[in-house]
Amino acid sequence: MTAGDEASANAGAPVAPLIHASGLRKQFGDFVAVDGIDFDVQPGEAFGFLGPNGAGKSSTMRMIGCTSPTSGGTLQLFGLDPAKDGPAIRRRLGVVPQMDSLDNELTVEENLVIYGRYFDLSRAEARRRAKDLLDFVQLTDRATSRVEPLSGGMKRRVTIARSLINQPDLLLLDEPTTGLDPQARHILWDRLYRLKQQGVTLVLTTHYMDEAEQLCDRLVVMDAGKIVAQGSPRQLIDEHATREVLELRFRAGSNAENEQYAAGVGDRHEVLPDRILVYAHNGDEALAKAIANGAQPESALVRRSTLEDVFLRLTGRTLVE
Amino acid sequence: MTILDPASAPVRAPRASAGFPLLRILPPVVRISRRPHRMVERQLMCYRRTWPILLSGFFEPLFYLLSIRVGLSKLVGTISVDGHVLSYAEFVAPAMMAASAMNGAVYDSTMNVFHKLKYARVYDAVLATPMTVGDVALGEIVWALIRGLLYSTAFLVTMAVLGLTSSWWILASVPICVLIGFAFAAVGMACTSYMRGWTDFEWVATVTMPLFLFSATFYPLASYGRWGWVVQLSPLYHGVALVRAANAGVVSWGIVGHVAFLLTMAFAGLWVVSRRLQFLLLK
Amino acid sequence: MSTPAPLRVFEWKLAVYRQVWKANLLTSLLQPILYLLAMGLGVGALVNKNGGSARLLGGVPYIAFVAPGLLATTAMMVGAIESLWPVHDAMKWGRQYEAMSATPLEPSDIVAAHVLWLMFRTGTAAAAVAAAMAFFPDVRSWGLIAAIPAAMLSGVALGMPLSAWAVSREREMSFPIIQRFIIVPLFLFGGAFFPLSQLPIGIRIIGYVSPLWHGVEMCRSWVSGTHMTALAALGHVAYLAVFVVVGAVIMRRLAKERLFA
Repeated sequence: MTAGDEASANAGAPVAPLIHASGLRKQFGDFVAVDGIDFDVQPGEAFGFLGPNGAGKSSTMRMIGCTSPTSGGTLQLFGLDPAKDGPAIRRRLGVVPQMDSLDNELTVEENLVIYGRYFDLSRAEARRRAKDLLDFVQLTDRATSRVEPLSGGMKRRVTIARSLINQPDLLLLDEPTTGLDPQARHILWDRLYRLKQQGVTLVLTTHYMDEAEQLCDRLVVMDAGKIVAQGSPRQLIDEHATREVLELRFRAGSNAENEQYAAGVGDRHEVLPDRILVYAHNGDEALAKAIANGAQPESALVRRSTLEDVFLRLTGRTLVE
Repeated sequence: MTILDPASAPVRAPRASAGFPLLRILPPVVRISRRPHRMVERQLMCYRRTWPILLSGFFEPLFYLLSIRVGLSKLVGTISVDGHVLSYAEFVAPAMMAASAMNGAVYDSTMNVFHKLKYARVYDAVLATPMTVGDVALGEIVWALIRGLLYSTAFLVTMAVLGLTSSWWILASVPICVLIGFAFAAVGMACTSYMRGWTDFEWVATVTMPLFLFSATFYPLASYGRWGWVVQLSPLYHGVALVRAANAGVVSWGIVGHVAFLLTMAFAGLWVVSRRLQFLLLK
Repeated sequence: MSTPAPLRVFEWKLAVYRQVWKANLLTSLLQPILYLLAMGLGVGALVNKNGGSARLLGGVPYIAFVAPGLLATTAMMVGAIESLWPVHDAMKWGRQYEAMSATPLEPSDIVAAHVLWLMFRTGTAAAAVAAAMAFFPDVRSWGLIAAIPAAMLSGVALGMPLSAWAVSREREMSFPIIQRFIIVPLFLFGGAFFPLSQLPIGIRIIGYVSPLWHGVEMCRSWVSGTHMTALAALGHVAYLAVFVVVGAVIMRRLAKERLFA
């Protein structure tokens, strides 16, 4: 991949960020979708936007993809201005949209070749690359079958292969695994991880914390159009959550009356509709204390803190509702 | 049969057909149908939002009949059929009425049904309830007939307003058009059950267009000379002949033959549809 | 050598069309033959029998009158149908336009490609009708070759404004209504089946304004070899070209508004 070569060639020298955004805004009428965000994405990095639906992630992605004009602030890609150099920037981007936009009437290979033609590749070159890319996403045996009957996971892989046809310097993935079954997600993560190792810069949005943890070197947590925290997944957890979490489940609808048993047994606690979370350095100790207090949970679970807890801490809401 | 509707089939089906031996000509899945009106209810609910489309259909005969009256009829003048002399518009209007019943039924039973069968998966959801395949088939056809009834009535009114009706018998054209619609909807649905993709619909036009053009629609059967028997194979020809006879107020034995042709076609279609739907939906 | 962007987008439509062209070719040849048999010869026999009609038709047999009309109406129908559902589909359901907008392509490329596509489809459909007409001695003429682009132009002229409409619609409910209130009346009253002079003046004006009539006039003149002044021909072409250009400009604008919101 040329993207990888470029990234390594530039290593050492102070590199300009691939994406630079400051005070970036997007407004639709009165509705503010993105409310003045700042971030930089460096070459070779895997950068994530984590947040619930409606946080402004997709709007941000569309601005980065140069298909949505900014409403304010600065946005630069490869040092260029999307408002002036949209086509030139898009030439260097790979885009995996949230909803598949494959042509169901065409075969898998035709989809890639036609898309390559949009980047002005010669037909022979597009076909050559399509072959390699289908190999990469493990769909060589499906090259001549139509897209329509493929499973959701396979379609996603075709879309990823398609987005790589122009050997992009930057790959944008908007909720790449939403709606896929666990196995299909793991296959996809594996392929994306390989791309990352090859040095392709990834920018992705997700509302799955496990996806963000798996793929992202660095991420920003978004809520209601704003960035509420940023850092590596580890940093964010260390900073905003305790080491462990105790999850207590009580009889349905009785969380309020059982809250008293959880109070004070850890650093802090959180009452959710279906369970009570207790944040503590040592979850087992917290559980022992709660039971000593008289709690009679139907089930109790001690686990490590995740980005989900970070998000809950920062916004008071869960990621997936 | 018990698989289809354990609640009602074993008890009621024999009784229904025993009481009315004639109903034996209906395919079994249709005979045990108990809730076709639920399908119709669903259609009505859909039309609550898309009624302008339904309404716009009422204007179509106006345009066609008007263009015949001010256009072709002026060029052709009068035409004499079986000793009667009538204006060309009066001659063509009943044929257009029959053709429009055919086109409406074909469109509904091919495009619309295919969409529901393959894409919207409406029937899969319906069959997860106590509804049976017979309910689906009959419900769709009944719906096609209701639409046909509405459109034929609109057509008749338009004809009358343009002064193209000449006998009170023309009132019979509405049930005749419902029969035409029934026959074509049943066969149309049967064909749809064999279609693989949208490209197969090219063939629908390839069949209906010659029917439209060569069913003694635009000139009398006599003009076809010795090829007249080919024209008589067209189901639309029999529909056209019926509506034309109604408008002329001519009652003859030939009518029985035309009706029998269309009824045979309808029941044959119904048989195939119910077998195919069972195969497609309950595999 | 790089291919111009609109041609590369056109390749996409062609790739999809490649799967249906055989069935399509058969019907587009068969249908005009049947039409000419039924209307041209069948109804024609009735019309020609009527003494008064020769004057209305300008002294030609009915088939010579109706066949060039069929050429233009066929192109018009194809242009209209290719402009409603397929455009809406590429925008909303298939999202092919969205996929294109993520590449260096611009809305103008998409629109230019669509014009090319309409030209291709209306042109081939008209050519099929012309080929069918060649079977009928009354309408066989070298002028058929010149009539194909004329029919094509009138098809694209109606298609582009409809495309602009289709690209901006959230739902397709208006399409059958457009079909019933615009396309069918144009088909019936556009001067293809009977002379516009038979219509009351109020309706006649609609006929003259419609892109179809201009196409029909040119086709009829080229096929029958009747005289048309260069100025009149230029006028027809210019009138139709305005439809194409205005339709394309509006379509580009609306497509841009939707794709680059």
